[in-house]
Amino acid sequence: MSKFIDIKGVRHAYRTKHGPLPVLDGLDIEVPEGTFCAVVGPSGCGKSTLTRLISGLMKPDTGAVVLAGEEVASPRKTVGMAFQNPVMLEWRTILQNVMLPLEIVAPRMPRAEAEARAAHLLDMVGLKGFEGKKPSELSGGMRQRASLCRALVHRPQVLIMDEPFGALDNFTREDLWQTMRDLRAAEPFTCVLITHDLRESVFLGDQVVVLSGRPARTQYVLDVDLPADRRIDILYEPKAGEMLHLLRDQIRIAQGRTGEMH
Amino acid sequence: MELAQKILVPLLAMLIFLGLWEGVVWINDWPDYKMASPSDLPPAFVKYHALFLSGGWETLWRTVAGLVLAVIFGTGLGMVMGFSRIARAGLYPLLVGFNAIPKATLVPVIALVFIGQYDFNTVLMAFLISFFPIAVSVGIGLSTLEPEYRDILAALGASKFTIFRKIALPKTLPEFFGALKVSVTLAFIGTNLVEIVSPHGKGLGALFLSGQTNSDYPLMFAVLIALAALGIVLYYAVVALERIFAGWAERSPG
Repeated sequence: MSKFIDIKGVRHAYRTKHGPLPVLDGLDIEVPEGTFCAVVGPSGCGKSTLTRLISGLMKPDTGAVVLAGEEVASPRKTVGMAFQNPVMLEWRTILQNVMLPLEIVAPRMPRAEAEARAAHLLDMVGLKGFEGKKPSELSGGMRQRASLCRALVHRPQVLIMDEPFGALDNFTREDLWQTMRDLRAAEPFTCVLITHDLRESVFLGDQVVVLSGRPARTQYVLDVDLPADRRIDILYEPKAGEMLHLLRDQIRIAQGRTGEMH
Repeated sequence: MELAQKILVPLLAMLIFLGLWEGVVWINDWPDYKMASPSDLPPAFVKYHALFLSGGWETLWRTVAGLVLAVIFGTGLGMVMGFSRIARAGLYPLLVGFNAIPKATLVPVIALVFIGQYDFNTVLMAFLISFFPIAVSVGIGLSTLEPEYRDILAALGASKFTIFRKIALPKTLPEFFGALKVSVTLAFIGTNLVEIVSPHGKGLGALFLSGQTNSDYPLMFAVLIALAALGIVLYYAVVALERIFAGWAERSPG
């Protein structure tokens, strides 16, 4: 399957008091199965709308979102989501938080099996020993790790992330990039990441899609030609440097400020 | 040490309060028709203990019955207002207006409508006076649920009911119990309001009135103290329920 996620000519407008506000206007994105697609663009260009369209929480006015050959019309159990806010449920332990999607997706799964699955993921992201803690007892980065586990616990085909590392400090963020890389190496899944961070998009992405300013259309697609098993150091090598320059220029164009910043 | 702090400190505070009260009455040499002193109370309790028990029970069960109704109705109303913007816009002014009516003025109205049905009237008043905080807090709790909380389950195709049961309901519990602490006291006031404004020989309110008619001032003060004690018991019963069902909301110290 070459186009696992296929977003074709999507247009969408929000109805407001002052008439329709177009947010997406001619969006085309193709994501092959098992690859990582990073989406960058200026603030308020409709990136979050994109996550809601792929997950089926919203339908586009025109155009189509096709997932594994089927048009997305409503939410489906094969999707995992992670947000900037890790939204941990304070009345559940970390382990119970991670198990939450299984209660919806696989309500008949034996509890022991669900617990083992959740504990395994927590172990993978370095949270072994924190299973019984309350979310408020963990740091922001740890909560975000647990939130990634929750998004993956039901083995989704697609993981959709809306700036999941946006509120973290730089070092924690780099740690989480590597955690993300390791998770994908262990259990491959297709990934769409919305981000503001160009370094993040190059480190994690197989392709980086640059959206124009609102209403957003696909402005540029960069194929990230780097080995799958990347280390943070790779960002300081000339090849990654060139890509970052290129992306930076594209963002400037998207912001409508060509040349002004040079 | 912790136990001492939880039990001995409040006990000591109460003893100091009673001591001060006794002292003020003693220094001013007030007769008991002006102000009874704590030492006048035990004889009153002993003399009328059977009436205190039966009256206390009547006040207690009618308060709790009214409160249970308030919880059911208030939660239902809160859910309607929390989920529907139209219902919220329509119901809010009505609710605020109703809540602004001094409930003492409703006692004679209710007594006329349901003439002679004293237990029913009393429970009704306890209910009417206490459902408002519950409805408002549940409504606000549900309507301010952050969309991300909904989306973690909505994105998996979970039903509205499942989202309510697994996320919205538990998340609203701390607010609900906050409101219940206010409501329990209000319900108690509602019961006594009917017992005193619409006398029918039942509850601690009736005992208070009989103290008044017989000029038995120590009895009147003893009833006040009994009411306070009952109020404390009800309040801490709610606190115990809160510990069980929403204990997670309490942050561990430090």
